Amino acid sequence: MSDDLVIAGRTFGSRLILGTGGFPRLETLAEAIRASGTDMVTVALRRIDAQARGSLVDVLEDCGVALLPNTAGCFTARDAITTAQLAREAFETDWIKVEVIGDERTLLPDAPELLVACERLVADGFIVLPYTTDDPVLARRLEDVGCAAVMPLGSPIGSGMGIRNPYNITLIVEQAGVPVVLDAGVGTTSDAALAMEIGCDAVLCASAISRAEDPVAMARAIRAGVEGGRLARGAGRIPRRLHAEASTTFTGLPELA
Amino acid sequence: MIRLNGAELDGRDGATVAELLTDLGVDPLARGVAVAVGGAVVPRSEWETRTVDAGEHVEALTAMQGG
Repeated sequence: MSDDLVIAGRTFGSRLILGTGGFPRLETLAEAIRASGTDMVTVALRRIDAQARGSLVDVLEDCGVALLPNTAGCFTARDAITTAQLAREAFETDWIKVEVIGDERTLLPDAPELLVACERLVADGFIVLPYTTDDPVLARRLEDVGCAAVMPLGSPIGSGMGIRNPYNITLIVEQAGVPVVLDAGVGTTSDAALAMEIGCDAVLCASAISRAEDPVAMARAIRAGVEGGRLARGAGRIPRRLHAEASTTFTGLPELA
Repeated sequence: MIRLNGAELDGRDGATVAELLTDLGVDPLARGVAVAVGGAVVPRSEWETRTVDAGEHVEALTAMQGG
């Protein structure tokens, strides 16, 4: 039976979305994309550097992955909206990962600006995937204004701190009518597996892979974590108990003394 | 004088967006390029005709790695 991820009517075979930031070389990025099995990767927009070598777009096209442009680096709704419109021109896609950052040190989202940006971008015909905090109320508000998914952080971008508040993520999953993508904070395989075990629909991961000692091996590992976590979620884990419960029956135990 | 990606450009007043992209070594047909003048997006279809006047500020952007 197929277990595809569907966002805004589009089907993805992989539940891992790869961020392209932080890879030392384009060749490594391409290898990691293939190892991860991903169908969609994020890209940013920056000033053209006449000295830059190699075309990122060409590399990504060769890999056959869909592009999810982001608004990384934007601190206001206005900048995020303009960046999204530029991304639509550049990549001929309505899909946009909306990031509106409120603080340079933590890179945490600015909730009021994020909500305004998302509402306007939805009205402008974009497929909006917001990078958000793990606040269940904000997640609901983002869904209410028409976002195609919600992408709560597990912990700050690039921190590798995993999911600091699985309880909040669980609440978001429980109420969401759109896919929930755990975005930011994944440090290693177990974090990605946990995200899927508690019911996220997908994981977006950049630094954990791109900044690993061996990015290609880590891409493979996190893919396995996402797949394993998804299977476990479907399998239905046993409840946690304070005390032991023997798996071997006591019935028929011999008297040996 | 016009500003292109933060740098002042001499002698290019009145150039089209397409010409400025060529200055940057970019093929105006290349995918993954977008342009804003004065903070407003200039659609690809207008790159050949949109001229940039003295005092205007052009941002020419392309795909970069990013999460």
